[in-house]
Amino acid sequence: MSLTSLSHFPTPKISHLSTDDFKFIYEPAEDSFLLLDALEKDCVRIEKLRPCICLEVGCGSGICITFLATILKSWPSLYLCTDINHKATEIAQQTGRENGINIQPVTTDLVESLDVRLKGQVDILLFNPPYVVTPESEVGSKGIEAAWAGGERGRQVIDRFLTKVSDLLSEEGLFYMVVINENIPEEIEQMMKKEGFDMETVLTRRSGPELLSILRFHRTQA
Amino acid sequence: MKLLTHNFLTSNIIKGVKNGYPLSILPGKVEMKEVDFNPEFITRMLPKIEWSALQKAAKECGFEEGLPDTVGEEQLGDTDLLKRVHKALLEIEVVEGKLVCPESGREFPINNGIPNMLLNEDEV
Repeated sequence: MSLTSLSHFPTPKISHLSTDDFKFIYEPAEDSFLLLDALEKDCVRIEKLRPCICLEVGCGSGICITFLATILKSWPSLYLCTDINHKATEIAQQTGRENGINIQPVTTDLVESLDVRLKGQVDILLFNPPYVVTPESEVGSKGIEAAWAGGERGRQVIDRFLTKVSDLLSEEGLFYMVVINENIPEEIEQMMKKEGFDMETVLTRRSGPELLSILRFHRTQA
Repeated sequence: MKLLTHNFLTSNIIKGVKNGYPLSILPGKVEMKEVDFNPEFITRMLPKIEWSALQKAAKECGFEEGLPDTVGEEQLGDTDLLKRVHKALLEIEVVEGKLVCPESGREFPINNGIPNMLLNEDEV
């Protein structure tokens, strides 16, 4: 599944998921695996951070937060994940269990109900957003469409979430996000620069018509 | 849902609710699940925990061993205490139940160990 040939960490088992499940939740695809590869690439940096609280927003099957927990296996952390789709949070919990990881999911819209208490506390933040360019009317579902419908320039949900990152992330925290070219990463970089964040592109990969990138943000050091 | 997670949930997402913390727990089905004791993890998490909210939640879940009213720095070396904190934070699992907003009384369901904090459009 992962295209990296030198994988130090096992890709999470998802054999417990069936084609039936994928009617309701997003089946891990190139974008998910690219994020896994980026986390693997950054594993030394991530381990050095000694994170206390990790959060994945829009966890879908839970494969990414599970993989992060696998990287950090010898350093226990709190692994929270959210999804607006209740089926996804249920499945994410299962994915964690199948891989010996305890994931604590919450069904909610982005980080609603968690953001107050998590202010300045998230050490690793993951977001594989609904980035597909779609009509605005397709945004706002609580079902499987929420996994991809991104509205104009695929940025509707992304932009709504970006305003929350500064409050969530701890001083040394890292934020990883999946985007496609249509989301205009350069514009995202400028927006986040204004919020006091530096951006780097960790990995880029073409998958069919999509040019995927994993962006990593951290607070600009004085 | 572990009490560690519960400690981070608020209901001030509801229109008109100021603090929405802590959420009361109406337990339906509670299980004890053994988790490896890691004292370092507990001492790292403690400063982030709202202690009275944890104490209240543990009581609501029927945690018999009880927790002291405060935990001072000098007590962090007390392994027995840390083990009790570990048990309350990580080993109590609310599988079915409800979370209740302390201001509005609005109930949020917990099913299969997962709290659902989604609101209806008129509540936002």
